[in-house]
Amino acid sequence: MKRFRHRGLAAAALVVAVGLTGAACGTSSSGGGGNAPAGPADASAPLAHDAKVTISVDCMPPATKKAELKEWNEDVATFHKTYPNVTVQGKSTTGQCEDPATFAAQLKGGTEPNVFYSYFTDLQQVLNSGQAADITPYVTAKSLPTLGDIQPDVLNVLKDSGKLYGLPTSNYTMGILINRALFKQAGLDPDKPPATWAQVRTDAKAIAALGHGTAGYGDYSAGNNGGWHFTAEMYGLGGDVTTADGTKADFDNAKGRQILQNLHDMRWTDNSMGQTQLLKWGDLQKQMVSGKLGMFIAAPDDITYMVEVLGGHYQDYGMGPMPGGQGTLLGGNDYFFKKGDTPDQIKAGIAWLNFKFFTEGQGQFDYARTKADALPVGLPEPEFFTGASKATDDKLKAASATMPVANFTAFADHPLTGHAEPPNAQEIYKVLDNAMSGVLTNKNANVGSLLSTASSQVDQVLANSQ
Amino acid sequence: MTTPAASRSVPHGPALPPAGHGTRAPGELAPGAGRRDRGALRRSIRRNLTAYAFLVGALLCFALFSWFPMVREVILAFQRTHRGTTTWAGWHNLRQITADPAFWQAWRNTAQFTGYALVLGFAVPFVVAVVLNELRHFQGYLRILVYLPVMLPPVASVLLFKYFYDPGYGLFNEILHALHLPTSQWLQSTHTAMLSVVIASTWMNMGGATLIYLAALQGIPGELYEAVELDGAGLLRRVWHVTIPQTRLVLSLLLLMQIISTMQVFTEPYLLTGGAGPQGSTTTVVYLIYQYAFNFDNYGAAAALGLVLLIVLAVFSGIYVRLNRETGE
Repeated sequence: MKRFRHRGLAAAALVVAVGLTGAACGTSSSGGGGNAPAGPADASAPLAHDAKVTISVDCMPPATKKAELKEWNEDVATFHKTYPNVTVQGKSTTGQCEDPATFAAQLKGGTEPNVFYSYFTDLQQVLNSGQAADITPYVTAKSLPTLGDIQPDVLNVLKDSGKLYGLPTSNYTMGILINRALFKQAGLDPDKPPATWAQVRTDAKAIAALGHGTAGYGDYSAGNNGGWHFTAEMYGLGGDVTTADGTKADFDNAKGRQILQNLHDMRWTDNSMGQTQLLKWGDLQKQMVSGKLGMFIAAPDDITYMVEVLGGHYQDYGMGPMPGGQGTLLGGNDYFFKKGDTPDQIKAGIAWLNFKFFTEGQGQFDYARTKADALPVGLPEPEFFTGASKATDDKLKAASATMPVANFTAFADHPLTGHAEPPNAQEIYKVLDNAMSGVLTNKNANVGSLLSTASSQVDQVLANSQ
Repeated sequence: MTTPAASRSVPHGPALPPAGHGTRAPGELAPGAGRRDRGALRRSIRRNLTAYAFLVGALLCFALFSWFPMVREVILAFQRTHRGTTTWAGWHNLRQITADPAFWQAWRNTAQFTGYALVLGFAVPFVVAVVLNELRHFQGYLRILVYLPVMLPPVASVLLFKYFYDPGYGLFNEILHALHLPTSQWLQSTHTAMLSVVIASTWMNMGGATLIYLAALQGIPGELYEAVELDGAGLLRRVWHVTIPQTRLVLSLLLLMQIISTMQVFTEPYLLTGGAGPQGSTTTVVYLIYQYAFNFDNYGAAAALGLVLLIVLAVFSGIYVRLNRETGE
């Protein structure tokens, strides 16, 4: 009997343990608020200072980023003085704030925070998942005083059918990133980055002639990054990858051929692109930091990555506008608000974002503090303000710059019209990756045939998505 | 040599009474038999309570993490989500994936990978096992050496091969160059990319298969070899007439396991070539599923392609189960 009792006890304990495990594995409630979902009633009124509300917010810096985390905590404390009853629960991730696979899974499961981070390109994915709240009535000059100075192009990226779903916190446009040290060694002027593809080719040849495995120019051709760059390069030449209505491919033309032929010639005729291809984001940055790459198409935050993660030095890099000068690709980061957030949670989220990302001299624009914390100041991003706000921002940034901002003059002084990414961007990029890898890995590649095949495949992708 | 059927039926436990002794016609119960049966059932349950409790945990785990996702996947394959609204889509997702030019390319590539993997990944471990089995010395050390790559994290192994394959500074081209042999583009050519992936994959995974073959080889009675040696057979004839027939079932099982696992290849091409490879030449079915789900936000298409793969693999799994049963008998 004693033995049986023990077995019974063990069995009961096991069942309880399994039950607890099941409970732990189960879904949890979103937390905070607990009131009715957001409605339009009194939405335009800013958050009351005594409102009691809890919001979870993405992209709190992880513990490994000590200085950034310190600033986040300071900002939460300062924000708390204005809104003493608002609790900001930061959610941090170890790598980038958004890992696409995790993000997609969160959207599918509806487990994202109340105020969640994403890239500009994610709007359709977020809307398709039905996870974003319409914040149009909440975003006013009262809740966001600098609203009138935010570039309309940037806000438009986060709108659909006239409704606003997110707020931008940073933006970038792409240009050509150069290795100033290699430019000098090759006898080129680092203050004059190449402005056309012909100049890119000439400069790349000169840099590759330095030898020791140095490549003059590098480009992506894997992980859908090749298609992304091809698109940016088409924008640079004043072209596009789809027709204006987004129903057909529009790159099997002279501009498309020019891009691919030029890459092919640099790779195989000049041998100025190195032998290692099928590169994706992260690979070219490593090559440049190790002093083996002269140029590649990039955004200013690539430099931050190269310095902070790979150990490069700001003074070694410079930027110019996208070769061709007819336009460029714009991108950036933003925050959405989860559908189901209460009105007060949305208002609290906007109040937090306003303080952290839109107020001169505060949060991300507290350049003096950023400099004191040995973090970079001076990169030409974010650049979403216009008018008086931009003037103030430029002045404050220049006063605390921690890098030679003159290196980015060619880029900052020649702003190009930014174009958002095409519809079904990733699917189109997947197809265009094949065209990019075709010219970079096959000496006998037929540019016309690659473009024609890619064009019909993109037509199919777009027809499928209708 | 074969075991008599009668003695195989219940390997552990009391022998069953022979048919006809003490049997009762259906529906015919002895007085008080129902009460006795219920009591026996209760006692049996009580006696095995811990076992049942352990079983509940395992069943819950399978239900939560294997069966439910499979059922959900099948449902998803016939659904579409638009603006947060999920609707039944009929065959739409299947039509969509078959209209994708990458669909047939992914199947061709997967078949190519499986074919190469069978030639290399199946034959090489067998030959290595036969050689190891023939060795008189250092067999233990060599077994560890062969198994070592399996102990390395797959990502580390793949990155190692990525360096070996680099056409500029890679080890393989350096060796070929030193030997005055023509170099290769390895992963960066549509002709050699998939083969390069298979070579890396074989090196990474052959240790396990080699040990299984070795175990099977060592189970072959020595008398059989002695008999053929007396008949004057050399190494090749010993392998052909004894080793292969004696390990036929193990070989068949491993072949099927290999087909099932190689058709799900993802890690190697994803890390070695970025997934698609030159002009899509290493896009596999599972990589395409990954693209649909996580890059294109099209779970319906991902689930539909997953379902097609599931059906194909189910056929091979069915054969595997059947062979496994034969092996058991």
